[in-house]
Amino acid sequence: MINISEVIETNQMIEHENLDVRTITLGVNLLDCAGGTVGETCAKIREKLLRLGGGLVSTGEEISREYGIPIVNKRISITPAALVGESCCRAPEDFVAIAKALDSTAAELGVNFLGGFSAIVSKGMSKADELLIRSIPEALAATERICSSVNVGSTKTGIDMDAVRLMGETVKATAAATADRDSLGCAKLVILCNAPDDNPFMAGAFHGVSEGDAVINVGVSGPGVVKYALQQIPNADFETLCETIKKTAFKITRVGQLVAQEASRRLGVPFGIVDLSLAPTPAIGDSVADILKEIGLEQPGAPGTTAALALLNDQVKKGGVMASSYVGGLSGAFIPVSEDQGMIDAVNAGALTIEKLEAMTCVCSVGLDMIAIPGDTPASSISGIIADEAAIGMVNQKTTAVRIIPVVGKAVGDTVEFGGLLGHAPIMPVNRFDSARFVSRRGRIPAPIHSFKN
Amino acid sequence: MNKVVITVVGKDTIGIIARVCSYLAESRINILDISQTIVQDYFNMMMIVDMASCGKPFDTVSRDLYAIGREMGLRIRCQREEIFDKMHRV
Repeated sequence: MINISEVIETNQMIEHENLDVRTITLGVNLLDCAGGTVGETCAKIREKLLRLGGGLVSTGEEISREYGIPIVNKRISITPAALVGESCCRAPEDFVAIAKALDSTAAELGVNFLGGFSAIVSKGMSKADELLIRSIPEALAATERICSSVNVGSTKTGIDMDAVRLMGETVKATAAATADRDSLGCAKLVILCNAPDDNPFMAGAFHGVSEGDAVINVGVSGPGVVKYALQQIPNADFETLCETIKKTAFKITRVGQLVAQEASRRLGVPFGIVDLSLAPTPAIGDSVADILKEIGLEQPGAPGTTAALALLNDQVKKGGVMASSYVGGLSGAFIPVSEDQGMIDAVNAGALTIEKLEAMTCVCSVGLDMIAIPGDTPASSISGIIADEAAIGMVNQKTTAVRIIPVVGKAVGDTVEFGGLLGHAPIMPVNRFDSARFVSRRGRIPAPIHSFKN
Repeated sequence: MNKVVITVVGKDTIGIIARVCSYLAESRINILDISQTIVQDYFNMMMIVDMASCGKPFDTVSRDLYAIGREMGLRIRCQREEIFDKMHRV
């Protein structure tokens, strides 16, 4: 039987160390909603989402009350919208209409984000893919809850540089379209390489075509719990350090597994995966940066940061894999800047640069995340940054991503406030040398030699 | 069995266990285990109970006990046992 010290430990994690389940994400296949007209498609989408997602928020709240564990977000991911709209969309405005229909349905369901306004263009863009991408600035300006993602490369296909170039321009256009809100639209737009089909975390969540009709995926969290555990062993050797992270990750993940199975049972929707990611929030103590400091770095960005992060990421996976029957999604440590107070402090202290963050993305999930940059950064430089991250993902057979915000009217030295879970961020400098000639080349970068495994 | 863990945290005072136990008895909730300890000067009590014969929904019991706690200056919470079981048992 459970003893009192175990009960106190669990409740201490929840009440004082920010343990929570970050998201229950319901993935829904919308391929059967494709209609001959935009109106018909929107009506079918609304009907299906209301039918499958009607109980999502209330079930999440019920589970939260019964187990005493906060479930921060209840969200929906859908089939990449470029596929759903292919049969009826003839212009970017048609995709904007679909985005608006998704947004109003998400509001009706009470979910805070709906992901999957997406296109998978790893090797090339179909007409519909390109129309969707061109609709993103207006779609994100006209909606509140829609998240958009575009997958521009993979280890198997190489990198579609035409899409990379277009996405640099799209990020700039999205920033301009939402300039009145500090370019907030870019916080809901992520460009990926090797995007997983079952990621429950925004902004990159979509319901891949390899999935069934509906699925429950759960994202756990818990940087605060790992930090607290490490505080108890300040000078331990690496073996003890790793064991402690592993055991803590196991405990955190088991809670996610329990919530996922309960949500699946109560909603009558199959359980997909638990995503093991350590996801920080702007709350004090809920920080991946603080874990790096606890491991022994004065600030994230100090020499040794990449090694410490590699260690952390690996132990989180090793502990988590044992705790869940199915692991998937992104599963690693997130290192967003604006959403992690410790990262913000490190940038303000001059310890952390975009180049160091890029190195860190080689060893963790996911990529350059929630980084505010000067509004006058050229589109070609943003494309260059996207290409760099995609190359890291392609060569290392891992997911990488770029969610970068060129804040209109702001320069290095300014800060930007996005609010809520998206946090606030100092504007970080971008290398000022030009990459326009590189990104203006047409075509794609071929798949790397080690992708040929057949 | 429908096992639920009830935790009581706060300043020690006379009649805490009596008050909680009488509510459980009138709600037909069977107590399987009780233990208590002091953590950082706070009284911590844990009860493992079986709600299988209880006619009230979980949410009602949880709200009633929370209200009793508030009256006595304590924090009382109910959680299904599985969360502890899953976290601490392989």
